[in-house]
Amino acid sequence: MRRALLLVAAVGLAACGGDDDGPVTLTLLTHDSFAVSDGVLEAFTAETGIGVEVARGQDAGLLLNRAILTKGDPEGDVLWGVDNTLASRAVAEELLVPYRPAVADELGFADLSPSDVLTPVDRGYVCVNADRRWFAERDLPVPASLDELTDPRYRDLLVVQDPSTSSPGLAFLLATVARYGDGWQDYWQGLVDNGVKVADGWTTAYTVEFSGSSGQGPRPLVVSYSTSPAAEVVFADPRPAEAPTVSIDGCFEQIEYAGILEGTNHEPEARRLVDFLVSTAFQEDMPLNMFVYPARPDAGVPSEFTSFAPEPVTTYDVPADLDERREDWIDEWTDLVLR
Amino acid sequence: MLAAAAPPLAFLAVAFVWPLAAVTRRALSTGALAEVLTDPGLRSVAWFTLWQAALSTALTMAVALPMAGVLARYRFPGRALVQAVVTVPFVLPTVVVGAAFLAVLPVRWHGTVAAILLAHVFFNYAVVVRVVGALWQHLDPRLDEAARMLGAPPWRVFTDVTLPLLRPALVAAASVVFLFTFTSFGAVLLLGGPRHPTLEVEIYRLTVARFDLPAAAAVALLQLAFLAALLGWWTWSQGRHARALRLRPASTSRPPRTRGERLWVTGNLAVAVLLLGIPLARLVQRSLQVGEGYGLAWWRLLDDRASTLGAAPLDALATSLRTAAVATAAAVVLGGLAAVAVAASGRLGRVLDTGLMLPLGTSAVTAGFGLLLVSGRLGLRGSWVLVPLAHALVALPFVVRTALPVLRSIDPRQREAAALLGASRWWVWWTVDRAALVRPLLVGAGFAFAVSMGEFGATAFLARRGTPTLPVAITDLLGRPGAANAGQAYALAVLLAVVVTAVVLVVERARRDGDGFW
Repeated sequence: MRRALLLVAAVGLAACGGDDDGPVTLTLLTHDSFAVSDGVLEAFTAETGIGVEVARGQDAGLLLNRAILTKGDPEGDVLWGVDNTLASRAVAEELLVPYRPAVADELGFADLSPSDVLTPVDRGYVCVNADRRWFAERDLPVPASLDELTDPRYRDLLVVQDPSTSSPGLAFLLATVARYGDGWQDYWQGLVDNGVKVADGWTTAYTVEFSGSSGQGPRPLVVSYSTSPAAEVVFADPRPAEAPTVSIDGCFEQIEYAGILEGTNHEPEARRLVDFLVSTAFQEDMPLNMFVYPARPDAGVPSEFTSFAPEPVTTYDVPADLDERREDWIDEWTDLVLR
Repeated sequence: MLAAAAPPLAFLAVAFVWPLAAVTRRALSTGALAEVLTDPGLRSVAWFTLWQAALSTALTMAVALPMAGVLARYRFPGRALVQAVVTVPFVLPTVVVGAAFLAVLPVRWHGTVAAILLAHVFFNYAVVVRVVGALWQHLDPRLDEAARMLGAPPWRVFTDVTLPLLRPALVAAASVVFLFTFTSFGAVLLLGGPRHPTLEVEIYRLTVARFDLPAAAAVALLQLAFLAALLGWWTWSQGRHARALRLRPASTSRPPRTRGERLWVTGNLAVAVLLLGIPLARLVQRSLQVGEGYGLAWWRLLDDRASTLGAAPLDALATSLRTAAVATAAAVVLGGLAAVAVAASGRLGRVLDTGLMLPLGTSAVTAGFGLLLVSGRLGLRGSWVLVPLAHALVALPFVVRTALPVLRSIDPRQREAAALLGASRWWVWWTVDRAALVRPLLVGAGFAFAVSMGEFGATAFLARRGTPTLPVAITDLLGRPGAANAGQAYALAVLLAVVVTAVVLVVERARRDGDGFW
C-alpha cells in the first residue's frame, strides 16, 4: 500500500515536474464545445511567450460543478464557458477573481456581463429550427413565432429537450418564461396538447428526431441554435446553395463568459489570455469553430453567418428572478410536461 | 497467496475508496441524507431502477445463455469471428448505438421501458456469452452424455447437470450485468427518454440542473450501499456453492451433428444477427450516407484535423489504443493477483472480491468528482495516467470474474496429486493453478481491452487535454449540427467496432497457440 502510494506520487511528480521554472503554460478550462483553429493559440504564445493548454471537461453545467468543487485549488487558470443561465451561480460561489479587459469597456460590450469577474466572450441564440423541405413539400408555411407552435396545423411536429438535463432545453424554457410571463404554463399546456415530444438532450433531438438533419428523423421542428442552419451548409458535401433548415424568430440569447479562476498562480499571464480571448484575432476565428457570434461588436462574422444564420430579431434575456425560481420552473415544467 | 491481495487492495484504496471518501467529505451532509431518504419521488425512481435492472439481467441471461453454450460446445465455420463480433456492442458508446437503435426502432417504442430493456440486452450480451462461455467450454461433456444415456431429455440435462455446474459463472455474469444495468445512464436517457429516470440519471440531474451536490452525493452513496450489500450477499452465496469440477481441455467442441443441433446453432446465430447485426449495420450505413447517396466522404475526413477535437478524428484511435494497452496491463496484473488471493482465502478474499466489483456500481459523476479531488492532492491533476487508471478500475472485475470461476473449479485432488508426487507448494501452484489461469487471463485481457476502448463515463468526467479517446470523440462529433460531423462520428464508431473485433480475434488466436496445457 505504502509502496503503491509512493509510486503514484512519483508518477505525479514526474508529470508536473518543471512547472515552476521556465515559460508559463496556462490551462484554459472549458467545455466540450470549445474549438479553435490551428495556429490561433500558437500565435498568442509566439507573441507573449505564454503557452496555453486547453482542458475540456464535459458540458457547461458539470464544468461549473467541477470549478465549485475545486474552489481555491482550481484545475486551470482561466475558465471559459459559464453562460448567462449559470453566471449568477459562478459569481455567488466566488470562484473567480475580478478582471475585465479594457477593450470590453471601451467597446461597450462589458455591459453584457452581470459582474466584473466575468468577461463576455461570445453570444448565441437558442431557437426553434425548421426543416424547410418538409414544409415546402406539404405546402405548409414554416411557423413564424413561438405563438404559432401551438397551432393545430403544427401538431406532432416539435421536439424539445428536457431542461433538467439539457442546456438548450433550459434556454428554451427560459425563452417561454420571458415571452409569456406567468402564462408560460398555459403555453406549455398548449404545446403538450399539440403533441410536443421531449428528448433527453440536443443530440437525440437534433440528430435522431429532427427530419432536417442527416439523421432524417420524423419531426420537422426542433429546439437548436440560430447558427445550426449555417452548420448544415458548412458541414455538407457538397455545400448546398441554400440552408436545408431555417431558425424561427423568438430566441433565447445565450451569452458566454470567461473568467480568471481564484487560486491561479499565474494571474498576470491569465489576464493576458483573457485579453487575447476578446481580441479580434480570436473573436473572428470563433464563429466557424464554435458556431457562435463574437461578443466584440467590431469583430467581423463570416459570410456563412450573414447568409444562413442572421441574428434573430426578437430575443429573450435571462429572467431577472432566475436564481430564486430556476428549480421551481424546472419542477413545474416536469410536472406539467412529463407526468 | 494472501500477499497477492496487497497490490489490488492498494489500488482499490487509492483509485476508488479515497476519491469516494473525498467527495463524500466535501459534499455530503446528514441533512441531505435524511432529505433524500424521505423523498417519495426518489423512492419510486429507486424502485424503477431496481426492477428494470432485474428484468434486464434476466432477459440478457435468457437471450445470451444459449449462445454461450453454442460457442462452447460446437465448432462451425466462422465461430471465432462470431465470438469476437459479439463483443462489439459492449464497447460502442451509448450515444452512437442509442442513435442507431432509435433510428431502427418503431417511433412508438421511443421513450418506453421496452426500448431500455432491449438496449440493455444488446449492450450486455457479450458479458454473459464471454464470462459463462469461459467456464462452459471446460465442462466435461461426458457428464452431459452420461445423463443423456440415462434417458434424460436435453432440457433435463441442461437444468440438472449443466446449469448447476455453470453456477459460479452464471452468478458472476449476472452480477456484472445487474451492476451495469442498475447504474445505466446513457441507454436509459436516450432510449427511455426523460420519463424513465434511474438513480444514476437523478444524480446527474441533481448535479447539473440543481447544483445540489450534497443531495447528489447522498443518492450516490445510498445506491452504492445498496449494491454493496447485494454484492456481499451474492459473493457469500457464490463461495458457498463453489464446487470442484474436473475441467477439460477446451477442444471438446465438435461440429453440430444432428439436424436438431444444426437448427439450434443456426437459430442462435439468427438471434445474434437480429439483435446485434441490425443496429451495427445502421452504423455502417450512416457512415457511408453522403447527401442523397452513398460515398466515402466522411471516412476521408477522418484524417483531417477537426478543430472541435483539437486533432484529426483518426488520432483518437491512437489515444484509445495507448490508453487501452496501459489499462489492460494494469487490469490483468492486478486482476490476476486478486483472483489468486480471492480463490485462496476465505473471508478476506470475499471482501476483496466484492470491493473490486463496487466501482461498477458507482455513479460516474461521483467517482469522477472524487478522482478530481484526489488527483489534486497527488499532483496528478490533468495527468494522462488518470484515464487508464480509471479504465483499469472498471476493467478489473472482468478479469477477476473470468479467472475466478476457473480457479475455484480446480479439483483439489489435482493439487494433492502434484504434492504427493513431490512438488513444492510453489511448484504445485505453478503447474496447476497458473496453468489454469493462462486461458481465463487472456480472455480477461481481451475483455479489459474492450472495456477500456469503450469506456465513456469516467473518461468524460476527467478533464481531457490533447486528443480524446474514441468514445469521447464520437460523442463530441455527434453533439454538433452538420452532416459531416455525424458522418465522421458514425465512421469512427465503425472503426472502433472493427478494431475491437480484430484485437479480440488476435487474443483468441494467441490463446489457442500459446496455451499448451489445455
